Parts: sequence; structure tokens; C-alpha cells
Amino acid sequence: MSITVQIPTALRRLTAGVSNLNCSAANLGELFSVLDEKFPELKPHLRDEAGEIRRFLNVYVNEEDIRFLGGTSYAFQDGDEVLLVPSIAGGTD
Amino acid sequence: MAHYELRCRECGKTWGNQPRSICDDCFSPLEVSYDYDAVRAEFTREKISQRAPNMWRYSELLPLPEGYKPSLSVGFTPLLSAPQLAQQIGARRLFLKNDAVCLPTLSFKDRVVAVALSQARSFGFDTVSCSSTGNLANSVAAQAARNGFKAWIFIPADLEPAKILGTQVYGAKVVRIAGSYDQVNRLCSQIADEHRWGFVNVNLRPYYAEGSKTVGFEIAEQLGWRLPDNVVVPMAGGSLITKIKKAFDELIALALVEAKTVKFFGAQATGCSPISTAVKAGRREIEPQKPATIARSLAIGNPADGHYAIKAITKTGGWSEDVSDAEVVESIQLLAESEGVFTETAGGVTVGCARKLVRDGRISPDETTVLCITGNGLKTTDALADSYESETAIAPKLIEFERFLETTLELPEVVGA
Repeated sequence: MSITVQIPTALRRLTAGVSNLNCSAANLGELFSVLDEKFPELKPHLRDEAGEIRRFLNVYVNEEDIRFLGGTSYAFQDGDEVLLVPSIAGGTD
Repeated sequence: MAHYELRCRECGKTWGNQPRSICDDCFSPLEVSYDYDAVRAEFTREKISQRAPNMWRYSELLPLPEGYKPSLSVGFTPLLSAPQLAQQIGARRLFLKNDAVCLPTLSFKDRVVAVALSQARSFGFDTVSCSSTGNLANSVAAQAARNGFKAWIFIPADLEPAKILGTQVYGAKVVRIAGSYDQVNRLCSQIADEHRWGFVNVNLRPYYAEGSKTVGFEIAEQLGWRLPDNVVVPMAGGSLITKIKKAFDELIALALVEAKTVKFFGAQATGCSPISTAVKAGRREIEPQKPATIARSLAIGNPADGHYAIKAITKTGGWSEDVSDAEVVESIQLLAESEGVFTETAGGVTVGCARKLVRDGRISPDETTVLCITGNGLKTTDALADSYESETAIAPKLIEFERFLETTLELPEVVGA
């Protein structure tokens, strides 16, 4: 089984310019572990201290927000395309 | 040097001025911050009152390029006292901030686009773009035409026909996407990565969002440089409510108004209520939803500023409500019949939620409450299509009319008869 992960421009500084990669992660937790290992600089930007997905990072699987698919419990299917997209907020306190 | 620059909301790193919305260090959102001491002498009640009645009278607290000459008079919409509506919903001191008549395209989005395009020019973009639920599309298309930009507009395919036509007419390239707004928005953040365009709500977003503050500045000035007790604001992406709060906070910091905690109330349609659901459940984070509501201008299931909107509401002692589509229609009619203001579905959401908030005691009737009416009813007439029967035509004869009168109306009893 293989899935593809797309890395957005904003994060490529931390992946030595790598824009996508294939791997065989079974779920989001495993995918993050793969990314942590390959790109140690990216690691703190994926999850917070408590291990939760960072607030401003959205994960999509084949154009669908992974939270609609069960989030971390979603089991990747062969050929899934995973997108990491920083969310764009203009917020204020 | 400009008296403002981009700053990361979370880590505080500054980024100067550039088309960017995310901090490269921590991937949190950027916001415009100002050197308030640099504007203190110019930004006074007296000086502001001598300026033209449009949003540019608050220029010191907007991120405008130096020497920028606006090509349009935007904003300074009426703040209407609404005694009849107040009576209908059980309140007493009620005001409407009526952006249904904001120029040039009849929604509050004209304010944010006006600021975004000032920066698009200074950053050297020849094409401007946006993802939109409709009002933003209209405004970007119109102001791009006025200012000589090419425009690419991305919309969900199921948008109201009036909003699509009201974009195409300005010569903008409209791209209909077979998906929800959230999918359109995600696509746009990918396109912004690849094309050197000024996306008003992606890479220009920090500047764009500042334009919303003018709603707050105007409310305060129009109340005689006083802050209201409560503000009811419709929420889509959740930015407007946070920026009205920022505007009030800035006026307090610069001593233009007396310090006061204004309670912020967020309004959503039940069919797309990720923010009000979180507030009611006491959660600080958003769980995204799949929108299903006629209030399509508010149909954002994964609101980018949702987290900050929740904070603005809970920190001020406010609340968030939501109303059904039937209540939206009924509230549009209530506002039109009681105050003569025809708003779009988002305004129906605001009025409907305000009624609930008063009924439930969340808003005290004796306090001063401002409802933000953000868009015009002529753009969403399809929402009312089933509400009125078309009248049968009668012959142009007086006798025909008298007959019509008899059969149509219950004649009132003659007084004293």
C-alpha cells in the first residue's frame, strides 16, 4: 500500500525543498512519525506539546478534510493523496 | 517607513510588509500591528470629524501604503435607530449598522477589499483574486475593474445567481468549483502557492481583515464616540467579530472612547454553526461541519478565524446563537417590515439570533445593542421566492380596483359609526 503526501510551499523550507513523498503509513499518526523521522525540523510544526495536530494545520485526504473521515482513526487506503495545508486566519485576541 | 507591519499572533515575530499570511517560523496567522504612538497626535475625534464621510477617515489605523489615494468612497454607512424592531423582539435601545447600503457593491466586504487592493497595488500584483461565498466576489470584481486589476474569482458552483451575475458583469473571470466553500478556499491556498496573484483572503489576508475594523470605528463615532453594550455580528470565517473588537480596543487605547467591556454575540445559521456549537459546548476549538443552509454567505464549515471568534465572544461575556432557515426568512421579513431595511440571508441570521438572545436574557433589553447588517437582500431574493404569491393582474378600471379592494382586504370599521 502506498499513499502520497503533498508538502505546501510554506513547509518546504523544513523539508529541504521536498514537495511530495510516497510512504506506506497506515494512519495519520504513522504518517507524522514518517515525516518526523525524515524531516526532524518539521516535527514541532505538525503536533503540539500534547501530541494533538496543530491548530493551524489542516490535513486533507483526496480533497476531504480528514476530520470528516474520522481524523486520526482514519485508515489510509492505497493511492490516497494527503495534503497538508496551513490554515489562513487573520485573527486577533 | 510605515507605522504598521505584520506580526505573528502566536510567537510575536515581525515580518515587515509583504504578501504573506502565515508565520514561517511557527505557521500561525499574521496580523497587522501598529505603532500607536506614531498616530496619536493625528487620530483625534476633532480631526476625524473634519474628514469626508467614508472609511478612509480612519486611515491612521488602516494598513495603507504611504500617499495612497483611494479611488472610491467606501463605508460610513448609516447607524439606524430601530425602535420598531426593538419593540418586536422585546428590546429597547437597538441600532442597525446598515452595510446593506455599503458602496460600491452593497456589503461590508467593500471595506476589506478596499484595503486589500491598496496593498495589491503596492506589492506589484496585476491580478487580484479570492475564494468567495458571493459578496466578496462581487466586491473584488467591482473594485478590480475600478482600479485596473485583472480579477480571478473562485466560487462554489451552487452560489445564488445574482451573486454570480454580479461578479461576471465587471469582467472578472469566474471559476465555479464543484465543491463547498471550504474546498474552494483550500484550492485557493494551493493556487496562491503557484501563481503570483494577490489573493485578498489568502496572501493579502492580514491587510484585508483590517478593513473590517472600520465597522467598529463607525459604530463608536456614530454613537457619539461611545461604545455600545452589545454587538451582534454574523459569523462565516469569524474574522469580522474579532476585528470589530480590535477596533473598539484601539479606540480605548487611543482614548477616543471611554474604556468599557462590550459583549460580543456571534450569529450563525444552524445548518452551518461550527462556532456557535463550540461556544455552547464550552469548547475552545472548532469541529468543522458540512454546511446546509440558505445563508450561503455564511456557509463556511471550517472557519479560519473560528478559534479567535470564540475567544472574542467568551472573553467579553458574550454568547453565540444560531437559527433555522425558516427563522432566517422570517427575520428578513421582520426587519424589512419593521424598519424598512431589506437584508440578505446573513442579516436574517443576525436579526433572528438577536431575537433569541433577548428572549433568553443573554442581551438585556435596556442596554444599547448594535446589530451588524452586512449585506443586501436584493442579492438573495431566491430565499424569499416561496414567501409571496404573485398577484393576479386587474383591468385598469376604477371599478375593478374597488372590487379588488373588497375581496382582498378586510375593511376596517369606520370610527364613530
